[in-house]
Amino acid sequence: MVDSIVEKIVNGDVRTAAKLIGDIDNRVPGTREILKALYKHTGNAYIIGITGAPGAGKSTLVDEMVRDLRLQGKTVGVLAVDPTSPLSGGAILGDRVRMQRHSLDEGVFIRSLATRGQFGGLTQSTRSVIDVFDAMGKDYIIVETVGVGQDEIDIAKSAHTTVIVVVPGMGDHIQAIKAGIFEVGDIFVINKSDRSDANKTLHDFKAMIDITRKRSTNGGWEPPILMAEAVNNKGIVELLIEIEKHRKTRKALSPESIIHNKKAIAQLELIDMMKIRLVEEVLNHITNSLEFKECLDCIVDGTKDPYSACDELLSAKLPDGLQQS
Amino acid sequence: MSNNQRIKVLVSVIGLDGHFTGAEIVSRYLMDAGMEVVYLGIYQTPEMIVSAAIQENVDVIGISSHAANYEQINLLMELMKKNNFSVPVMCGGSIPPQDAEALIKKGVSKIFLPHSTSESIVDYIVSIVKK
Repeated sequence: MVDSIVEKIVNGDVRTAAKLIGDIDNRVPGTREILKALYKHTGNAYIIGITGAPGAGKSTLVDEMVRDLRLQGKTVGVLAVDPTSPLSGGAILGDRVRMQRHSLDEGVFIRSLATRGQFGGLTQSTRSVIDVFDAMGKDYIIVETVGVGQDEIDIAKSAHTTVIVVVPGMGDHIQAIKAGIFEVGDIFVINKSDRSDANKTLHDFKAMIDITRKRSTNGGWEPPILMAEAVNNKGIVELLIEIEKHRKTRKALSPESIIHNKKAIAQLELIDMMKIRLVEEVLNHITNSLEFKECLDCIVDGTKDPYSACDELLSAKLPDGLQQS
Repeated sequence: MSNNQRIKVLVSVIGLDGHFTGAEIVSRYLMDAGMEVVYLGIYQTPEMIVSAAIQENVDVIGISSHAANYEQINLLMELMKKNNFSVPVMCGGSIPPQDAEALIKKGVSKIFLPHSTSESIVDYIVSIVKK
């Protein structure tokens, strides 16, 4: 069963892959076994992360990038992540609207994903979906996320090249510092650069990136800042050239640095994976217990404070040795 | 259905029909009901809809029609059959009774006419996906 699924995916079967991605997202039992078997077929794709504020033009930019990569004969997987409504748990996944022209191209697989998870689940399913695309033999995998929040930044960290898309008029450079985007960006794109305040944005970013660069250790790579008008196909060729340059810089790093970077990513991914299972399993175990419900009652009627309730629950439910923090 | 599972619906306007408001409002209803909606927008051909539905692994397809372009919906049904791809297709919009009947005969699972309530649409989707 597992073998036949893996074989189909490695041969590029879209339906099997689409179904598996659905199962990954729904955490269907047994999916993990398939991912384990699929893992040895991964590691060949080049992963590009695209992140930026809502409305920055990420989907349009991705659409144009896919077009150019297809002209070069490369196959592409696109993973478009949109936010889940915190109120209803539903989502409108609208990124395909900007990528319509690729829908009949067999060399392009576009998949929308909602952020869903409450315990950082986004990062895990995203990485698993990347593995599926990778095993299918896609040359490039483009992951598009709304660049707000730790999960999205973590996804950016596990991409080979991270592109940050900004637009003029979104507040001064302080906003960008707050968002923590300078540290993770390998390439910056100022989209909608026909707007009058684009040059000011360019100057702001140049200054901030200079400061960031002085304390970074990435093999001398200087994050370029590009001007683009994705909707008019301006700046896309330049972006792909910079991505290629960044790819070469990464390849040219010393063996020690390569291993160091790989280890950093492996650590990030492994911790994430464990975090989800730990938090989910332990928390489910505790919240389904009678003691948990009793504690809630006690807090509500004022006979117990939440701090003591927390300590009591953990010391009753966690194995010995894990209780002292 | 476990906590982790979500109903995934593809919503699209088909053919030469630019009326997107209905499709967007229904998408919003479905999101509010906790579903994930892959919204394709307007001017989608049957081929584009089938391709997207396969890639996205959706549970249901919802087609909005306000331009009497039922031939496109018929083509969509035929294309799905040809591709051996089977998920329920529901349609909504200003569709006259005789055309609605013809679409049902073609395999469309349900037609929602104007004045349909959001609850009726949501309840219907939940009932067919759970089946």
